[in-house]
Formats: sequence, C-alpha cells, structure tokens
Amino acid sequence: MKSKSDSLLISLYQKGDELALSTLIHRHQRELFTFIFYKINDEDLANDVFQDTFMKIILMLKEGRYNEEGKFILWAKRIAYNLIIDHFRLKSKNIKVSETTFETDEYSIFDLIREPSENIEDQLVTNQIQEDLLRMLQFLPQNQQEVIKLRFFDGLSFKEIADHTDMSINTTLGRVRYALINLRKIMDENNIILTR
Amino acid sequence: MRKNDSLKVKALKPKKETIEFLLNYSKNIDVVKTKSKNYPISKN
Repeated sequence: MKSKSDSLLISLYQKGDELALSTLIHRHQRELFTFIFYKINDEDLANDVFQDTFMKIILMLKEGRYNEEGKFILWAKRIAYNLIIDHFRLKSKNIKVSETTFETDEYSIFDLIREPSENIEDQLVTNQIQEDLLRMLQFLPQNQQEVIKLRFFDGLSFKEIADHTDMSINTTLGRVRYALINLRKIMDENNIILTR
Repeated sequence: MRKNDSLKVKALKPKKETIEFLLNYSKNIDVVKTKSKNYPISKN
C-alpha cells in the first residue's frame, strides 16, 4: 500500500478501502500538520484544524467531489489554509463582541450589528480586485501563473512552493518577481488600478 | 562548517488520537446522494 501513488490510494478509498485512507493520512500527516502549525503556532489548535481538514477531505472524497487537477497535498493545504482563515475571522469577531459588554460605558448597540470583517462594499471591491487579478494572470506564462496562485491565493511559503514545483527557492523567488513585474506592466499598459 | 539553513523547519506530527478519530470517522460516515444534495450520514 505504501508504494502506491496518491491518486491510486484515493481511487481505492473511494471504492471503500479504508486502509488506503490510513496510508494517505500517514504519508502526508507531517507535511500538512507542520504547514498548519507554523501558521497558527498552537499545537492543540493545529490538531483541530488538521482534523477538520481531513474530515472535509473524507466527505469530499466520499461525495466524489475530488478531481485530480493537481497534487493531493496542495489540495489538502488549500483546505487547511481556508480553515485557518475562517478561524482567525471568527476569533476577531469574538474579540469584538467580548469587548462590548453592558458593564462598560463604551457599549454601543451598533457594535452588535457591526460586522468586524469587511462590509458589503469592501467585499464587492475585494471580489472585483480578485476577478481582475485572475483575468490578468491568464496573460502570464503558465509557470508564473502557478507560483502566483500558490503564493498569494493558497498562502504557501517560498520553500513550500519550491518543494512542490521541484524548483530551487531562488528560481521560485525569481519567478514570483518576474510575474509581479509582468502584472505591473499589464496594469500600466491597460490603465488598471487595483486599489481601494 | 555546518550549513545554516534558516528555511529548514522542524516537521511536526498530529496527535495519535487525532489520526484515530479520523480513521473511525471515515469508517462510520457515509454519503447519501440525492438529486439536489449529498447528505453525510452515520452508519451506526
């Protein structure tokens, strides 16, 4: 079982082979857990996020919603990264609520309805920026698109990108740099402004 | 001279209990597919 590829293990698991999942988890546990831990610096929380990540993966695999577009571990990291973002969003929301108790003079009814994250206008602007950015990315060479997506959309470090793309860190840094230069050129030439 | 690689990070592992939970979770959960939605259900 240990010599089988990730895609074969996934396919076996989807046919009901539980041992395939065990192999998959044991194969990637260190890399995924380390990725999570160094983003949140809390071992218990990292265990929770790791658990939630694999619970999502299990459900998605059972539902047949996994399509082999890239490496399994990158997909797993993307799920984990989104869960980490959700956690920090929730945390910031909880802090805001706890700061506005009835016992303090600073209490305001608007605090209860205020969304601590972005308001709807900001969300629309953020969505627009992301859409524009994704459209511009299509004009870059494939290898530059890949590093930009991994770095800025999936939140991977340069070291992680280098590992996953079998490049050196210097090449990765260079590729991101050229991609950013090219994006700026496209923006200049087309008078695109991506700010709030 | 020993090479100093500042980008090297210590690999960590999740708790044994976390892995055991996930393997049990997988064994005990199933997905029922309907036309509009998939529903996770417990096998027990």
